[in-house]
Amino acid sequence: MIERTRIPLHRDPKVRAMLVQALALIIVIYGFYSLFQTTVDNLVARGIQTGTSFFDEVAPFQIGFSPFFDYKLGESTYIDVFFVGIQNTILVAVLGIIAATLLGFFIGVIRLSPNWLVARGALVYIEIFRNVPLLLQIMFWNFAIFLPTLPAPKKSIEMGAFYLNARGFHTPLPVIEDSAGFAVWMLLLVGLVAGLVIFARRAKVRFQETGQRLPVLWISLVAIVLGGYALYKIAGSPLGFDVPVLGRFNFKGGGQLPLPLFSLWFALTLYTAAFIAENVRAGIQSVSYGQTEAAQALGLSRRDTIRLVTIPQALRVIIPPTISQYLNLTKNSSLAVAVGYEELVAVWAGITLNQTGQALVIIGMTVAVYECLSLFTSFVLNWYNKRIQLTER
Amino acid sequence: MKLSAKFATTIAASAVAVAQVASAGTLDDVKARGELKCGVSGGVPGFSAPDDAGRMQGIDAAVCDAIAAAVLGDASKVVFIPLTAKERFTALASGEVDVLSRNTTHTLTREASLGLNFTYYNYIDGQGFMVMKDSGIKSTLELDGASICVQAGTTTELNMADYFRNNNMKFTPVGYETSTQTREGFEGGACDVLTSDKSQLAALSTEMKVGPAGVTILPETISKEPLGPVVRQGDDQWMDIVAMTLYALINAEELGITSGNIDSLKSNPGNPGVARLVGTEGNMGELLGLGADWSYNAIKQVGNYGEIYERTVAKIGIPRAGSVNDLWTRGGILYAPPIR
Repeated sequence: MIERTRIPLHRDPKVRAMLVQALALIIVIYGFYSLFQTTVDNLVARGIQTGTSFFDEVAPFQIGFSPFFDYKLGESTYIDVFFVGIQNTILVAVLGIIAATLLGFFIGVIRLSPNWLVARGALVYIEIFRNVPLLLQIMFWNFAIFLPTLPAPKKSIEMGAFYLNARGFHTPLPVIEDSAGFAVWMLLLVGLVAGLVIFARRAKVRFQETGQRLPVLWISLVAIVLGGYALYKIAGSPLGFDVPVLGRFNFKGGGQLPLPLFSLWFALTLYTAAFIAENVRAGIQSVSYGQTEAAQALGLSRRDTIRLVTIPQALRVIIPPTISQYLNLTKNSSLAVAVGYEELVAVWAGITLNQTGQALVIIGMTVAVYECLSLFTSFVLNWYNKRIQLTER
Repeated sequence: MKLSAKFATTIAASAVAVAQVASAGTLDDVKARGELKCGVSGGVPGFSAPDDAGRMQGIDAAVCDAIAAAVLGDASKVVFIPLTAKERFTALASGEVDVLSRNTTHTLTREASLGLNFTYYNYIDGQGFMVMKDSGIKSTLELDGASICVQAGTTTELNMADYFRNNNMKFTPVGYETSTQTREGFEGGACDVLTSDKSQLAALSTEMKVGPAGVTILPETISKEPLGPVVRQGDDQWMDIVAMTLYALINAEELGITSGNIDSLKSNPGNPGVARLVGTEGNMGELLGLGADWSYNAIKQVGNYGEIYERTVAKIGIPRAGSVNDLWTRGGILYAPPIR
């Protein structure tokens, strides 16, 4: 039996590793502490008051666009401004993500088209929009294209009850007139959708048993449109429409997509779609051509080859970098202030900060909001990504 | 080892740098640097906008020129830092600029909670509204329901909200970051009305395609906007220097001292008040921690208040005679305490 000599503490790798880590931790904590202390000292020395007491003060300015919250000048407080800002940020981010995904997929797919002109067109699109700074693009669309070309409210472009002018796009808005009838109507509609879901399941089972296919999508669409209209009539037309009417300066009533939101949405979509298109192209090219040949050998149609073989495998490559693009889009929406869209950075980190001077609290909260939005987006998409990853058995 | 030594030196150096910022007075900083850092808007003709040679011109810029002349003896030793309305107070509080001369309105909230001190006013303004002439609008009370372009984060935005609330009118704000953007938005039809201080409306109208003749500045003035240079709280000496330089320019006009005649007045002042201002009598400069020729340099190199006004604000079409910005002796309210 060999007697092991005890390793002296200072040469024990475990102890040493612990010591080094503890030391590093202490230095980091001290760093944060001194940062905090210096800030507090300087705030006191310069006579700057800081705190959260301004949250409940009435905000002394107006906010023009708040689609879901009711913002009322003279009653709404600063904290309401914060939530209005978050709402508008999320609104443009969601709209942008949906549009950029659709456009990006389309451009990415046609980028690989065998048609030379179409493929080159997609390439030109990508290289232009990917390489011009986003702020420039936002200002270009708003100040150089939309504002000069769109007419004044009195000369609006009319499309039925829809109006387009330099202030934005005005639409009729459905209004619930008879709430009892509306409840019945909604209930029937839910029943209809549930029926369609069951129908789709049955169709799938039938396909697997007999190989016969039903045009599920078309049947569903027709059923929803016709069924919905019939139900609407049966329930006694419980919806009215609030139609925009031209007032002294602009349209009143109805729904509105203001021009700043539209410009921002438009620019964010074109910009992000260029990046997503490249992700899509990379994803499709990562699937070896042998897969397509194998699918064709099995007799799958061209559409089924793409839908069932290529895309599911390409998604594994497309999703992770696209998550980053979604996060970028959300954060890039903070450039909105250039065109006057009232999102979080404009109304909270901008106007509120300037009116109250509470830089520390306000910037801290703004950072936290973007952090939460980004983490939430990655959480959802990472979950989706895990689901579609190749399961190896 | 070498690397960590370098790292430690960097840390130590930055710690020293931080300590310096916290302790030294602004006057010493400016003298040591040999330059005055001045925050301006940089885009408002008449107040601060670059000329064809790239030199910042305007009444706000001239105040900084005068301070540099008083402190450093040379009016050209100014670094102008253009700031947006949102950036300005943070830039001043963090020491990025020594003085903020950016058509900034003096209010209680700003004075009491932002760690700032306002000195005196170099322009007294009031907020107004501008519409296109072909709209036919004659009064602010006709603006119910209008979209209004405004610079975000200004007192303008607050006055407008108060005014419309008082008069039970509705409006939609379109807030932009810079005054240039508000003009572009207004010209492009993003809004029906542009609101700002009246002097700025006049200045912006000169830059529009339709020109000043194509717009109407509505007669109502809805607020008081005393604009003037701002300094950091807690440096009383620097605050005195900024205020006294401005007072010196106004007193010079009152006493008839101009950049043209100051040299002959210096050799033959006649009036003791003039003698104190040109630096041949008393120890005014010494009391402020400056040279005896502080006010001489400022007036000689930049001109008195009247001269400055004539070559800046008067150029954008705002006459001075009899307005609030005239001297108290001529029916205005500019009233500077005596330099003695």
